[in-house]
Amino acid sequence: MTTKPAGTYYPAGTIDEFLPRIGRVVEIQGKQLAVFLASDGTIFAADNRNPHPKGGPLAEGIVSGHYLYDPLYDWKIDLSTGLVQAPDQGQVQMYSVKVENGTVWIAV
Amino acid sequence: MNGNKEKLVVIGNGMAGISTVEQILKLSSRFEITVIGTEPYPNYNRIMLSYVLEGSKTLDDIVLNDLHWYEEYGITLHMGTTVSKIDSDTREVVTTDGSRVPYDKVIIATGSNSFILPVPGHDKQGVVGFRDIADCNTMLDAAKNYKKAAVIGGGLLGLEAAKGLVQLGMEVTVVHLMQDLMERQLDSTASAMLKAELERQGIQFKMGAQTSELLGGERVEGIRFADETVLDVDFVVMAVGIKPNITVARESGMEVNRGIIVDDYMQTSLENVYSVGECTEHRGVCYGLVAPLFEQGMILAKHICGVETAPYEGSVVSTKLKISGVDVFSTGEFIDGPEHTVISHKDEWKRTYKKILLRDNVMVGAVLFGDITDSAELQKLIKQQTEMTDDLYASLMGTGCGGHKKATSVETMAEDEIVCGCNGVTKGHIMDAITNQGLTSIDEIKASTGATRSCGGCKPVVEQILQYVLGDNFTTGAKQGICGCTSLSRDEIVAEIRQKGLQTTKEVMNVLGWTQPEGCSKCRPAINYYLGMIAPDTHEDEKESRFVNERMNANIQKDGTYTVVPRMYGGVTTPEDLKRIADVSVKYDVKAVKVTGGQRLDLIGVKKEDLQNVWAELDMPSGYAYAKSLRTVKTCVGSQFCRFGTQDSMAMGARIERKFERLDLPAKFKYAVNGCPRNCAEACTKDIGIVGNDGGWEIFIGGNGGIKARLADSLCKVKTDEELIELCGAIMQHYRETANYLERTSEWVERVGLESIRAVVVDDIQERKALMERIEFALGHVEEPWQKAIRNEQGENKLFHGIEVTARP
Repeated sequence: MTTKPAGTYYPAGTIDEFLPRIGRVVEIQGKQLAVFLASDGTIFAADNRNPHPKGGPLAEGIVSGHYLYDPLYDWKIDLSTGLVQAPDQGQVQMYSVKVENGTVWIAV
Repeated sequence: MNGNKEKLVVIGNGMAGISTVEQILKLSSRFEITVIGTEPYPNYNRIMLSYVLEGSKTLDDIVLNDLHWYEEYGITLHMGTTVSKIDSDTREVVTTDGSRVPYDKVIIATGSNSFILPVPGHDKQGVVGFRDIADCNTMLDAAKNYKKAAVIGGGLLGLEAAKGLVQLGMEVTVVHLMQDLMERQLDSTASAMLKAELERQGIQFKMGAQTSELLGGERVEGIRFADETVLDVDFVVMAVGIKPNITVARESGMEVNRGIIVDDYMQTSLENVYSVGECTEHRGVCYGLVAPLFEQGMILAKHICGVETAPYEGSVVSTKLKISGVDVFSTGEFIDGPEHTVISHKDEWKRTYKKILLRDNVMVGAVLFGDITDSAELQKLIKQQTEMTDDLYASLMGTGCGGHKKATSVETMAEDEIVCGCNGVTKGHIMDAITNQGLTSIDEIKASTGATRSCGGCKPVVEQILQYVLGDNFTTGAKQGICGCTSLSRDEIVAEIRQKGLQTTKEVMNVLGWTQPEGCSKCRPAINYYLGMIAPDTHEDEKESRFVNERMNANIQKDGTYTVVPRMYGGVTTPEDLKRIADVSVKYDVKAVKVTGGQRLDLIGVKKEDLQNVWAELDMPSGYAYAKSLRTVKTCVGSQFCRFGTQDSMAMGARIERKFERLDLPAKFKYAVNGCPRNCAEACTKDIGIVGNDGGWEIFIGGNGGIKARLADSLCKVKTDEELIELCGAIMQHYRETANYLERTSEWVERVGLESIRAVVVDDIQERKALMERIEFALGHVEEPWQKAIRNEQGENKLFHGIEVTARP
């Protein structure tokens, strides 16, 4: 499991509604996603659920390149796979994203 | 077997060879490994033989790698087999029974043998060395059938053997050539104390005795000494020393001296052949202790697997005696000469002795007897050539009654005891990471186990464990950057920012060659702070480089809701404000209202999307309860109402809080202001604690009641309120300019020294004024964050509100 196979794409606003390297929560079909715009323009959509046993959100983490440092427990997560980096373990569910004419589409 | 793998043959199935193999397995799977060992056992802990002999452990207890382990890693093991030579022409290792094992690389780890005195009669029955399980078994058997034993050699090994034989019920005399036991590790005082202690435990001694002949028929019956006296014995253990086992190397035509000569990567004179452990001679030294072999093995493993490694540069060794109930330790130089300053303390009632030697005020060696709690710390201090100071003296020598005990030594800590309370890491986990993964630094342990990563309070204990396991190999001196992204220190980074006029975190990381181009959660907030501290007027704060709490101006809780703490200057509020807080709490369904430790109110459980409204309706300034900034100024009632108050602490507290609020600092910052020396607001645990008296104020700094409790130091006394404010400003600005990001004043005061701070902010009036000017300038650029967020000038709405997708796909 890395990225969920593309389901149905939903329009989640335009690119300029996202601040670079600052996550934003997007709700689609009752699912809460944490959406991150990386410096290189790549957009990642993750399940907004901290992989730490205590849970909590992910959207407020610190973004570095394609990595995220989670806001509550400082776990390092690879946004391209959702994999938690050592010494911690776990995986975050990622969702496919595509951008067309400035609109961000996320598949759930 | 896999034909693509390189064939690695290890000669020697002991601690050095197998610990090297363990390191190799961690780094690479490129080798097909064969281990050949003379002893008919898997790898066991030779150091523990003394415990087997004295009966506190069994043979099974001391096996380090059982046969299953060799199987699991596909290692071919030939036990009870001895190698005769390495045939480098055919690239084969030849055993004494004539079989040949092909190799691509060879590691020799044949250890050493007991040195048997070449006196007449040394080959009689009942004469053994003390080196391996076979010797141990011989001694156990002898104890059943014979009564009188002698151990020749009063060194570490001899004494351990003697103690074991006494435990087994034999009468034991230790025969020693010198006047002092363990003269190569102890001074005369400690030797004498040791001898007295061992005599109490039933060992007899014959000192200054040179053995000239072993008497008897087939079996030994006595020892004759050079002075013609004779000692009746029926069992003799030779423990006069060890000699590196270099037979294989010599037969193979390799360069040998006392041991097998190697370079700094453990490479012998023969291509593709390496040597590690006691059989090895490095820069003229053969080691006879366990610590160096781990270090050698680690370097060899990296080298052989093609991993970058620092060269081996030798080890400073120290000694511990492994006899239950007798604690002896020494390290570095321990025999005092005229060039030494000697600090010593001997307590004949408690039977403890401690000696530290200084040369030019630098610690160069130590001896401990009876209480070795400080051994790890002393070893570290001596290795790092630390200068003796008053504080260090006090912590090492205590009150002079020898009875001070610091935290329990890690040695006696149970394996399952939690060391890191934040992440539930036990001593066992950490020991395991050090011994099985070959980790040697705090950072590696942090990355592997998580210990020390959260609050950092357990760092000293982790350091002690490292010290305990690695002994001489543990150094804290390696240059470390502020995080894993750089090797630059805080001061180097700040200097570069100033020199090159760097303006953003990205620019800093790019210009200074960060390994992660956008840094990590450690360095990004730090660099953002340094940039703002250096250029308060021009730096554009990077929200994306701040921790969640500072970015949102509220404290995140574990469920993703937030806590709101409005300012209550000096811990004083009004009925109107209280009413408003209550109304807002009801309206927004706050989950709990809590009184904080800093005399204000916590509105816990506000939803992210409600934050802006809550702030707007409270219409109060932010209390910065989330920030690396001035939090609260705690006050007592003071002269306005209190019958004892000499100063108006409530007013002064509020004044200080209004003056210095909102400014970014290296870490959170807490104040207390007291109206009289009764100190009801507890100034001693605050970053700045102020105590009023009849005629002025006293200022304390560096107190902390948190992670690592510390009482504040008295900095100075002032007479007027204006002077007080100026000093507070100067202290804070000096701290802003010189502290590491996240370094509390309690750590800062200890690192830079109270005297140096006093010299800058108290004694140097010009510098004090300059600091005050700089902090005033920085304070001129702060802005109330909640108001700013309500106005949504910078698109803050995007921070607080998500996007709800209602459109169809």
